[in-house]
Amino acid sequence: MAEAATATKGHADGETRRDFIYLAAAGMGAVGAAATVWPFISFMNPSADVLALSTSEVDLKPVQEGMSITVTWRGKPVFVRRRTKAEIDTAAAAKLGDLPDPQPDAARVKKPEWLILVGVCTHLGCVPLGQKSADPKGEYGGWFCPCHGSHYDTSGRIRKGPAPKNLEVPPYAFLDDTTIRIG
Amino acid sequence: MAAPAFKNALVRWIDHRLPVFTFLQHELHEYPTPKNLSYWWNFGSLAGIVLVVMILTGIFLAMHYTPHTAFAFDSIERIMRDVNYGWLIRYIHMNGGSFFFIVVYIHIFRGLYYGSYKAPRELLWIIGVVILLLMMATAFMGYVLPWGQMSFWGATVITNLFSAIPLIGDGIVTWLWGGFSVDNPTLNRFYSLHYLLPFLIVGAVLLHLMALHRFGSSNPLGIDVKGPQDSIPFHPFYTAKDAFGLGIFLIAFAGVVFFAPNLFGEPDNYIRADPLVTPPHIVPEWYFLPYYAILRAIPNKLLGVIAMFGSILVLFIVPWLDTARVRSAKFRPTYRKFFWVLVVDCVVLGYVGANPPDGWFIVTGQVATAYYFFHFLILMPVLGLVERPLPLPHSISAPVLKPAEGKA
Amino acid sequence: MRRLISAAALLLALATAAEAATGPKPSAQHWSFSGIFGTFDRAALQRGFQVYKENCAACHAALMLSYRDLRGIGYQEDDVKAIAAEAKVMDGPNDAGEMFERPGRPSDKFARPFANDKAARAANNGAFPVDLSMVAKARVAGPDYVYALLTGYGPAPAGMTVVDGMAYNAYFPGNQIAMPAPLNPDGVAYQDGTKMTVEQQAKDVVTFLTWASEPTLEARKQMGVKVLLFLIVFTGILYAAKRKVWAAVH
Repeated sequence: MAEAATATKGHADGETRRDFIYLAAAGMGAVGAAATVWPFISFMNPSADVLALSTSEVDLKPVQEGMSITVTWRGKPVFVRRRTKAEIDTAAAAKLGDLPDPQPDAARVKKPEWLILVGVCTHLGCVPLGQKSADPKGEYGGWFCPCHGSHYDTSGRIRKGPAPKNLEVPPYAFLDDTTIRIG
Repeated sequence: MAAPAFKNALVRWIDHRLPVFTFLQHELHEYPTPKNLSYWWNFGSLAGIVLVVMILTGIFLAMHYTPHTAFAFDSIERIMRDVNYGWLIRYIHMNGGSFFFIVVYIHIFRGLYYGSYKAPRELLWIIGVVILLLMMATAFMGYVLPWGQMSFWGATVITNLFSAIPLIGDGIVTWLWGGFSVDNPTLNRFYSLHYLLPFLIVGAVLLHLMALHRFGSSNPLGIDVKGPQDSIPFHPFYTAKDAFGLGIFLIAFAGVVFFAPNLFGEPDNYIRADPLVTPPHIVPEWYFLPYYAILRAIPNKLLGVIAMFGSILVLFIVPWLDTARVRSAKFRPTYRKFFWVLVVDCVVLGYVGANPPDGWFIVTGQVATAYYFFHFLILMPVLGLVERPLPLPHSISAPVLKPAEGKA
Repeated sequence: MRRLISAAALLLALATAAEAATGPKPSAQHWSFSGIFGTFDRAALQRGFQVYKENCAACHAALMLSYRDLRGIGYQEDDVKAIAAEAKVMDGPNDAGEMFERPGRPSDKFARPFANDKAARAANNGAFPVDLSMVAKARVAGPDYVYALLTGYGPAPAGMTVVDGMAYNAYFPGNQIAMPAPLNPDGVAYQDGTKMTVEQQAKDVVTFLTWASEPTLEARKQMGVKVLLFLIVFTGILYAAKRKVWAAVH
């Protein structure tokens, strides 16, 4: 019935209605396809069990002054260093103008004694050396990345080499004097 | 083949060097198709779309699945619970398998009813049967991957079929397993092959399409296209019709995926595989039930296995078993009735396959099995010779029959 | 056509015969989560979790559940932390190379009542207490069956001897079950004033177990309604488009 009606109304009306139906069909098809893509993209994002594991608690008691430990958080190494007085002083003394990624030491620690860093070079993701006493610590006494020669200071800031940024400070909180929770 | 004139200069440039656009224009756009195809002809393209859906969801599921006996079951449950939209993609894949078989079985019965396998489309049909066999192998191995009770015992029972082969049977079974029972090596190779075979299906589908496009689609009347008045271009006519059919299919599919996702599944497969405990009643997936019934109908192990494989292999020679001069059952009143008997027979076989083999089920299964082979091996050749078909219309464009002739 | 009808009649007869061979069919209960728009009753879920924790968890593991999942039955993050902290979880090895026990965290899986399946069997007279996180999905007519089983205890009918250490249950295959009746009237102390009958407890715990077997059920049904509405409209438009295209041919 509807078709007969359109037909009698003449050419122009028929054309408009036909165009509308084709446009609506194509439009809904496009919307449907786009909506279908999203679950597949989301499927590859971290799942609920992976997200749930995104905090780690660290007991600081066994760490002596001048020592470092490496813990894992989200599958990445985290450097926990109990800095000596001398290391804190050199970190604080560095002139911001000399730094490729200027940041005062005070902004990178919650307690000056404890430096917490994600141990991943900001250049291409290698793990810098400097955690063990025998490791090369680079020209600035912090960490040295063997992959492409980036030097980090005792605050984990980039001083020399190709890395563009300071070592990342993860979100963390002191639960008490000797326990931190990372993440 | 005259190259079509494309408006876009880049398209012209590419097409001159690599004529993909000409190819698509000929095979998807102009491709002359009989104008009288019914909705039963939708199921071919539907099957192709379901294949794509299965491969896509399968590739994604593989990103979170772990093919190891200790982790497979848990990794599936992790997909169902923790992975974003994992339940959706897994349920689509799981039910997609069932819907693939529904679509393909309808496609096959359509071919049987309308004689689509008859000359010159014998190879088209044979490639189709190869696709069916590949699908069955893929589905069987896929069902093992969740490593539930039915996965494990299904794999055990089906692989043990090969032990019926005299002399080398046991050796073959050990070889299939890669050990002395269905275990981690079996799961690993099934996973590998379950990932591989769908791409072989894609290859077979391309051959299927090549063979199809050689002579074009058959049609409900079973008579050849006699001129341009009998055919219409594939696009937009059949693209529009297939799109509508796809919409109907998706409604049914979404209904099951979202509201009855375990309709086709067995609850036992949500129990972790236990090599020491066989579930009281093990059944294959529904699409294997008719073959399973044929297997059990014959008391001898070897003969049962032969009959089961024979029930599919017989399809290969259907083009030569059918001796009728006309294609479509529309013009074969007697054959048409027996076609429906075969459909019912297959349903009965499926029902028998789902039930424990005792009492009435044994007899019913045996009668139904006997009819199945009788239909193909005796009825088809004999009926083709003795049946007098109704007069055929002169062309697709003029299919009108006088009522008196129709009754003859 | 006549053949079709007689075949259908045969199928029906076979179906009835098959049914008579098995035990009583669990009667269908009304569940908050059934139907197209079904959602889990949050209060029933939390009561059911209480029943599970106090009556089932001593023997039955729920391997697929993590404490963080309890957010899904309406608990807040702090509640979940408190519930998790009640459990003792084996962790390690620590820096000394030793395994140690610590309070549970939301990211932990539910603590198992026994270290492994053999220990579970040994402690239960050889009978294995099944994992409950999947049970509502792993049985035919799962929720109805579990409900029927939990409320199906009673004295054995005359003429039937129940083996020592087993209990009679009308719905368990073979009618003899190693698990003694797990639910008792007033066996748990509900906080919200709900009557603590065996039936109510069974209903609540089955609701909880159904959620446990498929926590994504609500998301699935809600998305399903939207997808179906979209597809129905879309298919209608495709039909109109198809008619338009074919108008020239018919």
